[in-house]
Amino acid sequence: MSTFVELVVNGVSVGAVYALIALGFVIIFKATEVVNFAHASLLLVGGYVTAVLHDDIGFLPALGAGIGTAALAGALIEVLVLRRARVENHAVLAIVTIGVDIMMTTELTRRIGTEVLSLGDPWQSRIVTIGGVGIAETRIAALAVASLLITAFLLAFRYTPWGVAMRAAAEDGEAAALMGIRLTRVSLGAWAVAGALAAVAALFLTVFPTPGLDRSTSFAAMKAFPAAILGGLDSTTGALAGGLIVGLTESLVTGYQGQLDFMGRGAGDVAPFLVMLLVLLVRPAGLFGTRELSRV
Amino acid sequence: MSDRRWLLPAAAAAATALLLVLPFYLGTFWLQTGLFAMSAAIGAIGLNLLTGATGQLSMGHAFFLAVGAYGYVYLASDSGPHLSGLGLPTPLAFLGAIVLAGVAGGLFSPIAGRLRGTYLGIASLALIFIGQHVLFNAESVTGGFNGRDVPPLELFGLRFDDSPELVVLNVPLGALERLWFLGVALLVPAVWIARGVLRGRPGRALNTIRDHEVAASVMGVPVARYRAGVFTLSSMYAGAAGALLALVFRRTVPDYFGMFLSLDYLAMIVIGGLGTAAGAVAGAVFVSVLPQLLTRFGDDLPLVAAPGSGGVSPAEAARILYGAAVVAVVLFLPGGLAGLWTRLRATASRHRSARPLTRLEQEEQPV
Repeated sequence: MSTFVELVVNGVSVGAVYALIALGFVIIFKATEVVNFAHASLLLVGGYVTAVLHDDIGFLPALGAGIGTAALAGALIEVLVLRRARVENHAVLAIVTIGVDIMMTTELTRRIGTEVLSLGDPWQSRIVTIGGVGIAETRIAALAVASLLITAFLLAFRYTPWGVAMRAAAEDGEAAALMGIRLTRVSLGAWAVAGALAAVAALFLTVFPTPGLDRSTSFAAMKAFPAAILGGLDSTTGALAGGLIVGLTESLVTGYQGQLDFMGRGAGDVAPFLVMLLVLLVRPAGLFGTRELSRV
Repeated sequence: MSDRRWLLPAAAAAATALLLVLPFYLGTFWLQTGLFAMSAAIGAIGLNLLTGATGQLSMGHAFFLAVGAYGYVYLASDSGPHLSGLGLPTPLAFLGAIVLAGVAGGLFSPIAGRLRGTYLGIASLALIFIGQHVLFNAESVTGGFNGRDVPPLELFGLRFDDSPELVVLNVPLGALERLWFLGVALLVPAVWIARGVLRGRPGRALNTIRDHEVAASVMGVPVARYRAGVFTLSSMYAGAAGALLALVFRRTVPDYFGMFLSLDYLAMIVIGGLGTAAGAVAGAVFVSVLPQLLTRFGDDLPLVAAPGSGGVSPAEAARILYGAAVVAVVLFLPGGLAGLWTRLRATASRHRSARPLTRLEQEEQPV
C-alpha cells in the first residue's frame, strides 16, 4: 500500500512538472496557432544555463538566469523566425520549429557531451517520511513550485490585462486586433512565458531521483507532448489534466514493472504515448479541447 | 510550351540513363552515399505525399521505415535458435515488407483519418516511441539492441552480394553496384507513381483537403478515407525505403530508426519543396549527402573538427546546417529547391517572351 501511495505522490509531482511544460506549449498554440516542436530545446537551454552558472553565482541566481535565457530564446524564435514566415499552412510552421529544434538541440547536446550536469539544487537526495511513506524533498518542491506557478499563471490569464489580451487574441485574432490589442506583443509574450515555464520544468526534470541534465533530458521533455494533446491543445485545464495523467501513468507503470512483464523493459516511457493514442481514438480533440465544428 | 512536351520525358530518360552508368565509375564511398540518397528519396516522396500534398504532419515516418527494414529481415531470414524468421524467397520478402508497412499504416488509420495536421504530428510521435520500445524488446523478431543481419536479396538468380563475382565491361560489380541498380529500379517507379497520384484526381483531392477541408468535403471528397489512404500509401513508400536501406546496411539496428530519422525526413521535404516528387528527391539528396560530404572533406573545412575532439563534429555540423536550411527555406525560399527551379524557369521564359517587345525593327530583332 505504501508503495502505491509513494508512486501516486511521485506521479502527481512529475505530472505537475509535465503540466508546466504542456502549459507553455498550449499558450503558444492558443496565441499563435503554432505547434512548437522546439519546446524541448527551450527546456534544454534553461537547464543548461542553470547547470553551467550555479557553481559561480549560486543556485537561485543561476536558476533566474536560466529562466531568463529560455524566455529570451523563446522570444527570439518568435521575432526572428515565426513572425517573418508568411505561411498559411500551419504544418509548415510546425516544421520550421522542428528546424529550430534540430539546431538548438544539436548544439546543446554537443556542449553537454557525455557528461551529466547537476543543477545545484538545495534539496539534493534528502527524503522526508510522512506517515510511513518516504518522499524525496525534490518531489515535494516540484509539486509546490509547479502548483504555485500554474495557479499564478491561471490567475494572470484570467484577471490581468495581459491575460485578457491573450484570451481575446486566442478567441478571435482579427477582432482583437481591431480592438487595439497588439497581436505581435501577445505572441511574443506567449513565447517568452512558455520559455520561462520550460526552464523551471527543466530544473525539476533533472533533480533527484534523475541523475542530472544529460542528452536524454530532451526525450524526457517529449512526454509533455502527449500531455498537451491528451488534454486538448487549446485548453489550459487540459494541459493540467494531461500532465497529471501522463505523470501518474509513467510512475505507476514504472513502479509495477514487475507485474507488467508482458510490456517489456522500459514500459514506463511508452505508456503515456499508449494512453494518448487511446484517448485520441475516443476523443480526437483531446479531453478538454474544443471540438471543431464548421458551419457552411 | 506545347512543342516542348517531349522535353520532360527525354530529360527523365537521360537522367535514368546517367544513373545507370554511374556505378561503373563511382567508388565505394559515393556508391554508398548515393544509395542512402536513393533510399531517402523513396521515403521522402512518401512523406511528401502525406505532409506536402495533404498537409498532414507525420513524425512517425521512421517507424514505417523500421517496419519495412525489419519486415524484410524477418520474412527473408531462416529461423535460428534465438531468432525467428519465415525464410521466404527474398523478392517475396521485399514485397512483403512493403505490404507490411502499408498494413501498419492502415492499422493507424482510425487515428490518421480523423486527426488534422499538427495533431496528427504529435499523435504519430507515439509511433516512434512505441516502435523503439518494440524493437528493443521483441528480441526474437528484431534481435533486440544488437539488431539482426540482413540476408542479401536474390532476384532471378542474381545475388545482391559480393560473393559470386560478376564482371561487366571489365568493372567488377560488387554488392553496392548491384544494389545501385535495384535502387534505380525502385526510385524510378516511385517517382512515376507519385507523379501520377499527384497529377490525377487523388492529387487534386489531397491538395483540396490541405487547403480547405470543408470545401473538400462539400465537393464530395471523402476526407477521412483519403487521409487514411494517403497515410497508408506513404507508409508503403517508407517500407520500401526501409527495406532498401536494410539491404545497404546489411544489418539493422533499432537505434537508427529513432526520432531524428523522422526529423531528417521532414527536413528533406521542406528543403526540397513541399508537395512534389521532384522536391522530395532534391531534398533527400541534400540531406543525405551533406553529412557524408562534411565527414569526408571535414579536414579541409574551418569550424569542423574531428569527432571526439570537443569541436563541432561533421555529423553535428551537418545537422545544424540543415536545421538552418529548413528555417531559411521557409523564410526566404517558399517552395524549396524545386520551387527555385520553377522560378528560374519562369524568369527565363519571361526574358524570352520579353525580347520582341524591345524597340527594335523586325529585321533588327536578334535571332
